Amino acid sequence: MSAVTTTARPAARAGRGGSLGWMTVPALVFFVGFAVIPLLGVLALSFAQWDGLGEIGLAGFGNWAAILADPGLPHALWITFLVMAVSWAVQTPASILMGTFLASHHRYRAVLSVVFFIPLLLSSAALAITYKALLDPNFGLGAGLGIPILVQDWLGDPVLAFGVVIFVVSWQYIPFHSLIYQGGVRQIPRSMYEAAELDGAGRVRRFFSITLPQLKYTIITSSTLMVVGSLTLFDLIFVLTAGGPGDATRVLALDMYKRGFQANLMGPASVIAVILVFFGLALSLLLRRLGGRDSGHSQLEGA
Amino acid sequence: MESRTTSRRTFLSLSMGLPLGAALAACGGQGPTQTGAGGGSGNATTSGGGGGNSATYWYLSTQPQEGVRTRTMERHNAANPNGKIVGTTFQNDAFKTKIKTAIGAGQAPTLIWGWGGGTLRSYVQAGQVEDLTSWFDQNAAVKDKLFPSSFGAATIDGKIYAMPCETMQPIVLYYDKRAFEKIGAQPPQTWGDIMDLVPKFNAKGIAPFSLGGQSRWTNMMWLEFLYDRLAGPEIFQAVFDGEKDAWNHPDSLKALGMVQELVKADGFVKGFSSITADSNADQALLYTGKAAMMLHGGWTYGSMSTDGGDFVSGGNLGYMNFPPIDGGKGDPGNTVGNPGQYLSISSKATPEQEEIAKKFFSGALIDDTAVKEWVSTGAVPIIKGADAQFASSKDADFLNFVYNIAVNAKSFAQSWDQALSPTAAEVLLDNIAKLFQLSISPKEFATNMNAVIGK
Repeated sequence: MSAVTTTARPAARAGRGGSLGWMTVPALVFFVGFAVIPLLGVLALSFAQWDGLGEIGLAGFGNWAAILADPGLPHALWITFLVMAVSWAVQTPASILMGTFLASHHRYRAVLSVVFFIPLLLSSAALAITYKALLDPNFGLGAGLGIPILVQDWLGDPVLAFGVVIFVVSWQYIPFHSLIYQGGVRQIPRSMYEAAELDGAGRVRRFFSITLPQLKYTIITSSTLMVVGSLTLFDLIFVLTAGGPGDATRVLALDMYKRGFQANLMGPASVIAVILVFFGLALSLLLRRLGGRDSGHSQLEGA
Repeated sequence: MESRTTSRRTFLSLSMGLPLGAALAACGGQGPTQTGAGGGSGNATTSGGGGGNSATYWYLSTQPQEGVRTRTMERHNAANPNGKIVGTTFQNDAFKTKIKTAIGAGQAPTLIWGWGGGTLRSYVQAGQVEDLTSWFDQNAAVKDKLFPSSFGAATIDGKIYAMPCETMQPIVLYYDKRAFEKIGAQPPQTWGDIMDLVPKFNAKGIAPFSLGGQSRWTNMMWLEFLYDRLAGPEIFQAVFDGEKDAWNHPDSLKALGMVQELVKADGFVKGFSSITADSNADQALLYTGKAAMMLHGGWTYGSMSTDGGDFVSGGNLGYMNFPPIDGGKGDPGNTVGNPGQYLSISSKATPEQEEIAKKFFSGALIDDTAVKEWVSTGAVPIIKGADAQFASSKDADFLNFVYNIAVNAKSFAQSWDQALSPTAAEVLLDNIAKLFQLSISPKEFATNMNAVIGK
């Protein structure tokens, strides 16, 4: 879904590029072929009855009525929201601190930033399988090292399983967001820090009065990626907990897959897909509004 | 500024489009591995039903079963140079979604492998598989060769839509003899014994039962047996037949309560909901001595003898049918599990392909070599008289045990999740997981399940 929102921009501006407008054609073809047409297909399917095998029949608003009345939907929405909110709350402060730390030009920090980057290079499925093995209460890390506190029902207890999902997601994506913040911090003019230093501002004061406000747009960009990304988070949760225990970690994307491909209910699954697209678009629009309104406004006052 | 950003973005998407396209094209070529045919026929690579003089066959890639399937197919190809079968192997879970998608898209292989039951019913309702009833009438010799109990899951509304094949896999109660020696007890003869054994094993630091609870169908096997021992196969039959509120049967609620009692008494290994069956961690708990007993499919015998060191060869593994429940009405000889595997013919197949498939059914699929090969994997083929092959096998005891269960069972019920439609099965597994989590009561379980009866 994040692909939809990001690729939408060049396509929408195609007309203004003048003589270079033709260059958007390949992107446009890809966008229409792989995003717009399937999206319309999903919308059409949400009004249809289809088990993925036989004839496609008309269902009218039946699917929508069934899904909106299903107690599973508010639950999945709530879990999705929780994943979004908690992983944002965990990742953002950690990423800002790490990004600021890595921004200064020291060789050891450059080495560290390469090391920190490693989790992002691994595939989510591989990560999930590894964590599943490490967290196994009988053959995992805790049992292997003989540390009783690590021997928990990590993926079997609703609260612990949710925590594990947040932890693994954060562990994987904090490096990525640190990278964004690192870039953001490096763009802050040195002169601002020098001026503040002359005024006697300490390290902490400089961070809160210069670095953080200057990172406003970076925070918005990174938050958009996090929020929309966690909306479609699927692979990691699917492999790690498969939505379990019970439905404790069943986010919308997982609910959609289970209905569509395991229960053979393509219509209701498409309804959830449409809801997902709607929320994704609404959220990214909201986040753009939060910071994007005065983009002409200078951030360098007093520099 | 504006035009510069546009062109840069366009350039990016242009440059990214090429590798993306290449990657997409590559995806089409990779993936499953094709075996068989040996380049003989021209249409070897077409996976759809539209091929000419060769049939296509998709099957599961897990060893040792994959080897038997491949060699069976190769024997057919050697005997029928003009009507070859081209095989493609898939990993278990990938297969389940892939075959569904392929059938829905009209690209099904000639031979559709499966577990029969509810999934087969969904194919039949979509008109995607051939009716084989008249073929079985004409080829009575083939039908007589197979166990009659294996036809249940292949029969939809009185018509046979699939050829039963491969092996029968009842669910068995395995136990570790060493663990029973440690507490000086005998294997359970009744449900009461089981509940008595639980605190004894826990006191010795051994988990009474191993369970891969994250896989959900593992928990389901417990319910299947409790329902059967309490009330016989009738309750689930009523569910299957779409009877209203069938899950509200008093014995149904009782069975659900009994399993929750066992969970509350710490009958299952600590953290069982974190354990999956696909990693075989549940079997490992049994053969490493961490758990005393395990209720699992007959297929785990083979993997435990391969992975468990000298656990099986050293005679430490015990096995028995699920014990009766005091006052229960079910026959203690009954069993549940997979009565067989099934091959259907796609209705998109050409007449030539259909001929090849039928030749395969009556030939290599059920010949003596196939019987011998399946026996060598530690499994019982669904072919009558297969027990004659057991004597020479190192697993003769287990094979005879399984064979006798299957032959003597008055009811060999199919696994619930296979018997029900995919829609109802998903709700079932979901609620079973919650039941074992103790997050819903038996009453709530029954209500949730009644809502999907007949769907």
